Amino acid sequence: MAASDRGREASPPSGAAPPALEVIGIEKWFGTVHANSNVNVRVAPGTIHGIIGENGAGKSTLMSVVYGYYQADSGEIRVGGEPVQIKGPEHAIAAGIGMVHQHFMLVDTFTVLENIVLGVEGGRMLAPSLAAARSELQRLERDYNLEVNPDAIVGELPVGVQQRVEILKALYRGADILILDEPTGVLTPQEVDHLFRILAALREQGKTIILITHKLREIMALTDEVTVMRGGEVVAQVMTAETTREDLAAKMVGRSVLLRVEKGAAHPGAAFLEVADLCVNDHTGLARVKNVSFEVHAGEILGIAGVAGNGQSELMAALAGILPKKSGHILIKGEEIAGGTARGARNVRAAGVGHVPEDRQHMGLVTSFEACESGILGYHRDEKYNGRVLMDHTAIVADVGRQMEEYDVRPPLPRLRTGAFSGGNQQKIVLGREMDRDPDVLLVGQPTRGVDIGAIEFIHRRLVAMRDAGKALLLVSVELDEILSLSDRILVMFDGEIVGEVTQSEATEQALGLMMAGERQTPPQAPTSQENTP
Amino acid sequence: MKKLFTGALTALALAVTGALATGPASADDFSPAIVFDMGGKFDKSFNEAAYNGAERFKSESGVTYREFEVTNPSQREQAMRNMARRGATVIIAMGFAQAAAVETVAKEFPDIKFTLIDMVVDLPNVQSVIFKEHEGSFLVGMAAALASKTGKVGFIGGMDIPLIRKFALGYVEGAKYVNADIEVYQNMTGTTPSAWNDPTKGGELARSQFDRGADVVYAAAGGTGVGVYQAAKDAGKLAIGVDSNQNYMHPGTMLTSMVKRVDVAVYEAFMTAKNGTWQGGFKILGLAEDGVGFALDKYNRDLVSADMEMKIEAARKDIISGKVEVTDYMAQ
Amino acid sequence: MSIGAPTEAPRWVTHALVPLINLALALIISGLLIFALGEDPFEAISILAYGAFGYPEAIGYTLYYTTNFIFTGLAVAIAFHCFLFNIGGEGQAYLGGLGAGVVGLAIGHWPSPIVLILGILAAAAFGGAWAFIPAWLQAKRGSHIVITTIMFNFIAAALMTYLMVEIFIEPGQQSAESRDFEAGAIMPFVHDILAQIGIDAGHSFLNLSFVLALICCVLFWFFVWRTRWGYEIRSVGQNESAAVYGGIMPSRAIILAMCISGGLAGLVGVNEILGVHHRLLLEFTAGYGFVGIAVALMGRNHPFGIFLAALLFGALYQGGQELAFDMPNINRDMVVVIQGLVILFSGALENMFRPRIEALFMRRARSAPAAAE
Repeated sequence: MAASDRGREASPPSGAAPPALEVIGIEKWFGTVHANSNVNVRVAPGTIHGIIGENGAGKSTLMSVVYGYYQADSGEIRVGGEPVQIKGPEHAIAAGIGMVHQHFMLVDTFTVLENIVLGVEGGRMLAPSLAAARSELQRLERDYNLEVNPDAIVGELPVGVQQRVEILKALYRGADILILDEPTGVLTPQEVDHLFRILAALREQGKTIILITHKLREIMALTDEVTVMRGGEVVAQVMTAETTREDLAAKMVGRSVLLRVEKGAAHPGAAFLEVADLCVNDHTGLARVKNVSFEVHAGEILGIAGVAGNGQSELMAALAGILPKKSGHILIKGEEIAGGTARGARNVRAAGVGHVPEDRQHMGLVTSFEACESGILGYHRDEKYNGRVLMDHTAIVADVGRQMEEYDVRPPLPRLRTGAFSGGNQQKIVLGREMDRDPDVLLVGQPTRGVDIGAIEFIHRRLVAMRDAGKALLLVSVELDEILSLSDRILVMFDGEIVGEVTQSEATEQALGLMMAGERQTPPQAPTSQENTP
Repeated sequence: MKKLFTGALTALALAVTGALATGPASADDFSPAIVFDMGGKFDKSFNEAAYNGAERFKSESGVTYREFEVTNPSQREQAMRNMARRGATVIIAMGFAQAAAVETVAKEFPDIKFTLIDMVVDLPNVQSVIFKEHEGSFLVGMAAALASKTGKVGFIGGMDIPLIRKFALGYVEGAKYVNADIEVYQNMTGTTPSAWNDPTKGGELARSQFDRGADVVYAAAGGTGVGVYQAAKDAGKLAIGVDSNQNYMHPGTMLTSMVKRVDVAVYEAFMTAKNGTWQGGFKILGLAEDGVGFALDKYNRDLVSADMEMKIEAARKDIISGKVEVTDYMAQ
Repeated sequence: MSIGAPTEAPRWVTHALVPLINLALALIISGLLIFALGEDPFEAISILAYGAFGYPEAIGYTLYYTTNFIFTGLAVAIAFHCFLFNIGGEGQAYLGGLGAGVVGLAIGHWPSPIVLILGILAAAAFGGAWAFIPAWLQAKRGSHIVITTIMFNFIAAALMTYLMVEIFIEPGQQSAESRDFEAGAIMPFVHDILAQIGIDAGHSFLNLSFVLALICCVLFWFFVWRTRWGYEIRSVGQNESAAVYGGIMPSRAIILAMCISGGLAGLVGVNEILGVHHRLLLEFTAGYGFVGIAVALMGRNHPFGIFLAALLFGALYQGGQELAFDMPNINRDMVVVIQGLVILFSGALENMFRPRIEALFMRRARSAPAAAE
């Protein structure tokens, strides 16, 4: 493997074994934000090294510096003990560093093989390099248990396989150090397991792997050593075997946190939200929700699990009155609500439904607005905010300010621009707005996506408190942990249909994972959805 | 922004104020000025003719003149008032569109002489110069009828305004004077000012008239005429120019030009003002005053036979003497 | 990022320093051009400034132009707030003038206040109606507003020409102008009002429409930032999905924003037709609608900024005209070049220097928060 020899040249013959990658004193500013402050990390060769931290802790910045997307303001990078200048990704690749991005950099209409040789064709004619690549690829696949068909069209492959193509790409370019940025966000549990097996195999072969994540579970399961970052600084570098989840979480947040959600048994009451035979198409006319039926009762949290993109978003949008339903019924406290238009969202809200949308930046807030303006979105016509002609600005600032205090938004400044708040605080602005009206039904989508651990704890506690107050909550999340710990009942969605239903007590990650991959529940426990399957 | 300007202001206020704040100059100071209209002084037509006249005055008298080209309707009045305030003693306003501005400003500055070309404003200190375009057009209409072999001739106007209909009517009468049965096709290029400068459409209109059998066309359309003359040359037909002598443009197919001596009018306004013989009131320039005419030079000599020239010359004399009367469209 | 420090440069940098630097650059390049033409650039700037602000009449004319630019700048800005690019200010202003003119011709003999108020309303209504059609097409059929508003400029021009030539022209007139209005339909000139209290302000076109423009600035602010309609328009403009989520109908916000935009542009007709010409005529809009885009850009869509930008352009128009008067080598086309440079630097090239200047100030400012952490 000629290419990877380049990487080895840098490392001296074994013995002292200098770190595969070492960063020393990295400083990086973005405007007034100190993204990396005197960052020092040593990654031992042949290990899996986790870098963990909350959003904005500086881990992605650090890796972008290592891969050459940004230049550090000061500091040094050493590969195999030798200082290297990395001024762009091509330098990083030459130094034997490969990166698998959160968002894949693949050409959907090309085959796997074509994607892999893209940019390193080597020569004017494609055929010879493709043939050479094919044999190299087959060797890599065998060695690392990658299971990829080189002639498949990339766009037609499942997400997990696409990710493997990305890994192959990096290996083909001779990477000895592989950086994976939040690799599990888009994967089913089964795919995550497969990925972990691959990473373990790579480690066996002497590759060094850097895993960037905010998921403690992955760190504990896979890594040898872990670096914890907070506020742009490295706060700890420890051997994984010598630490615990709680300890890592405390280091990440800077205080001790409660990881499990404490909640008592549910006491379900009347059905507040009833959905029957609902079909929804997306904007392009594609059927995204197919004959879905379920009920959400007062005093329970119903979780909808599923890999992103299986119709959950469209289901939520239809329930919130934003997307028109194609057929079926949505009843809120027994009453059918006319939805599907902008006016529909207003009607649904008026019927006592709160909605925390999945994508707060895209939908839940207007980032360029002041917080007090984002804090009234959807309720801006309420009497308490309006005079005869002008809006009562003082009342708005006061009311949103109160919500912000109550929902622990930091800083609690209603005149600050919404976009200036961190993800978790933005989410708390949305939650405050939607929960403050005391709605009977609350639709919650991805309540903790991109939210710091400290805020997750707070948000979960508020959701449970709301359930205990006798409200009906519908929770959509792609974080299985979240579904498992919050929901009283769990439905699994796959390809627009509900493929299974379990209670919290009987749910296991394994069983849910299989259903999320499309396997139907064997005993027909969700009769409504089964009956209508075409 | 404001600060910047006030800063700059204080720096120069002293310097400029003295020079400008003196108001209208005393009568013996002669200071001519001209306000061109929106076409600009290099429009190859009306404004340019005025520019040529003003330049001739400058070279002969050695007196420089102020000039301004307006870019929007609001500027006409302001420009004239600016000229007046800066001591202009005679101001020429080009074009009928400036009439309203002249009327306003002339009332404010009764001591300043205004010459308005192509329109009438009835004030003692305004000299209104208008041309008998119908008389000139009558002569070129005769030329067209005499040169036509098909018994069909064409007229292409610029913007459809009374002034251009005045051209058209004179032309038709001239043609019919020669041949009572002649057919005259008339087209206007448009109803907006852009019709003065649309050679493409002019060419199209000319071609369509040729297709219907016309073999001579007269374009009274400013810059649009350029397309008409080119179309005539391409089709081997004859064309008649307007305002300036345009015979040189395509020797061999330019039958003649109806010249309107705007340059003379401008020159004379300046000169008489300088000599003290300038007078307010109407100045109507027709064949008798040589204000309009029929152009004959080396470029079209071969196209105009002695017989044609004789007949036209006879008609010219008859018009001057009043024996032949040409209808003025605008006086109807 | 839990660091709460704002990631923005100080407001005075964004809102004052950057525009001033852009303006200065435009003037420097203009100066080089003027120098190349053989004139003294400093004298040119002096004449320009004197011509714009040096004497009462100059100020009057500057403010008269400013009035037009305030109207069109606000018009473009309200559409911008809904993320719509209204290029049709020219046509809307034209139609606004028609509305004002029809009132002036029809009831000019009525008492002045009634005629003027009806004239203002008619101008706004005609302009708004002209913007309504592209807005409706955008909201309901998705026809791109940039294309439709441009086309509507042409349609407006053609329509006006037709009406002027066929209907409103005063018989026997050469140019397509209507008869003069009667006294009731004349917006008083400011110099006439000042003359009554003994101040000689020369003879400029500045009329009470300027006051109307200032009132519009204030109303604009309240409307955009203090009413729920303004809130809805801004929501749709900043984040349409969030607006839909919030129960706002984007189509309604689009139509409302565009009608107001057209109405504001239509008020140019009040200034021109009722204020200056006192008769209907062609081409009185003279590109004010297009300059409004630059004014709104430079004024950052805020009424105060728009006022300042409109004043700047008013000064450039008025001062530029004086420049063409007093410097033989600088003709009207050169003045347009200078105006174009200002538009280029403050509008199109806005973002050329902004990030760098802002970064400079952010870097300087960061030592403070860094020390505090």
